[in-house]
Amino acid sequence: MLKELNKNKIMFLMLLPTLIFFLINSYFPMVGIYYAFTRYDFEGGLFGSPFVGLENFKFLWQSGMLLKLTTNTVGYNLAFIILGNGLAIFCAILLNEIRGKVFKKITQSVMFLPYFISFVLLSVIAYNMFNYESGFVNTVLKRFEAGPVDIYNTPWIWVFLIIIFYLWKNLGYSMVIYLAAITGISDEYYEAARIDGANIFQRIWYITVPMLKPTFVILLLFSLGSIMKGQFDLFYQLIGNNGVLYNATDIIDTYVYRSLKVTFDIGMATAAGLYQSLFGFILIMTVNYIIRKVNEDYALF
Amino acid sequence: MILILSLICIIPFLLILSGSFSSNESIVRDGYHLFPTDFSLEGYKMVFKFPTQVLKAYGVTVFTTVVGTALGLFLITMAGFVLQRKDFKYRNAFSFFIYFTTLFGGGLVPWYIMLANYFNLTDTYTVLIFPGLMTPFLIILMKNFIRSAVPDELIESAKIDGANDFRIYFSVVLKLAMPGIATVGLFLALGYWNDWFTSSLFINNPDMYQLQFYLYNTMNTITFIDQMAIGTGITLSQDVPTESTKMAMAIVVTGPILFLYPFVQRYFVKGLTIGAVKG
Repeated sequence: MLKELNKNKIMFLMLLPTLIFFLINSYFPMVGIYYAFTRYDFEGGLFGSPFVGLENFKFLWQSGMLLKLTTNTVGYNLAFIILGNGLAIFCAILLNEIRGKVFKKITQSVMFLPYFISFVLLSVIAYNMFNYESGFVNTVLKRFEAGPVDIYNTPWIWVFLIIIFYLWKNLGYSMVIYLAAITGISDEYYEAARIDGANIFQRIWYITVPMLKPTFVILLLFSLGSIMKGQFDLFYQLIGNNGVLYNATDIIDTYVYRSLKVTFDIGMATAAGLYQSLFGFILIMTVNYIIRKVNEDYALF
Repeated sequence: MILILSLICIIPFLLILSGSFSSNESIVRDGYHLFPTDFSLEGYKMVFKFPTQVLKAYGVTVFTTVVGTALGLFLITMAGFVLQRKDFKYRNAFSFFIYFTTLFGGGLVPWYIMLANYFNLTDTYTVLIFPGLMTPFLIILMKNFIRSAVPDELIESAKIDGANDFRIYFSVVLKLAMPGIATVGLFLALGYWNDWFTSSLFINNPDMYQLQFYLYNTMNTITFIDQMAIGTGITLSQDVPTESTKMAMAIVVTGPILFLYPFVQRYFVKGLTIGAVKG
């Protein structure tokens, strides 16, 4: 070790800031997991707070909070993964078949645009479209004598709105990745298929779709790994502190943030965060183990 | 089909733009429209009535974006360079040290308490820059990029010519890895520009709000004033053009991104394409 250190001391030095960064930003906070087992006391700090064992977890479990947060987090993420990838593949194939170069470029740019805007602007957009008095949707509904609808007080609509906004913001990004994969497919396959008399739908179904499988599997694995982590910005900016909607829209991340900022429930919030980390960790390990058994090339590590 | 999807992507922007140029009365009376029915600049006038706050928020965001992106790029490229070197014995161990943080972590609360109470970073520029400097994903992206852009033989021969590792990194790798650097730099810059979360956790001094958090705050304050007005029966919206101000504010904050977007987007697509194809 020392010999190696001496031989490559410049490279060690170049890596040092990165190691320190992850120590401070990721490894030191792991010590703070201890808060999950205490009743947090602002005076006492980390080791001055009374130890209460699993009380925080027990409370979260009994309040039904843990179950609700888990179903919401996992449910939304599954919808994001399935619909997101499906729509991205669909659009990438469609866009790839379009011949007009200018039109292709413009549509691609336009669909990529929402990825660049901030989540705060997203909340302005939602407000602009759905607010009760002057929202665009209600303006249109009023014209057809059908409105207005109080969307900000109707929880079930937000299940769909959140998914739609997610798709809206991320479609362009994942579409570009799939488009890149399609561009990588050799023309010879299509050439051969054309000679064999395959029409455009057959070419897509028998060549393009199977060739996208590796990209799809990799993206799928990455997203499965973070299935316990929510799109915090998306949920928080759309829902904020609107308690009416919590039942349908609260995920672990928003719950933890509120516990920290609004209710100061440090012990409970840490417990929820630890549960999220552990659950996610076990999930990744399991998924990776299974994939390793099935096909080693696709495994994450 | 594609046309409809792209329309769906762009219409929300038009709604906000149109709202920012409409008079407040017309919005309150008829709601938001795709095109302003009653053209007016009162929203923008309101935003720039007290320009110091907006300009300060702009200053903070520009500063953190520039410094954070530059510093982050420097560290990420260095780490990527070292981690892809085959003659660096512990590269896999260190890679795992970095990758592990995506698998397991302490969570938001311990992280917050660590930075706020133990490092005393509340109300500092450090806290606005530090957490966004790097992510495991960007380091891995950079590592893969350098591996495919810089041949081992080149590093080898530079070594024989007597260059040390930092020298090789600085004068060989940085030049060859430019497309990768542009992509990672854009990711970093976008992250800093759109950040509101760090302000919301660590900043109490309004002079140090990031632009997005300033927008977030303005929206909430105006909505609060509106609700107060409804509650007390006093219509403030006659004097303060709340709706059009909100939209104008949104445009002012987002403006630079929309303006730069056509130039920047090309690099993003290119970088993503290279990254995706070469895995």
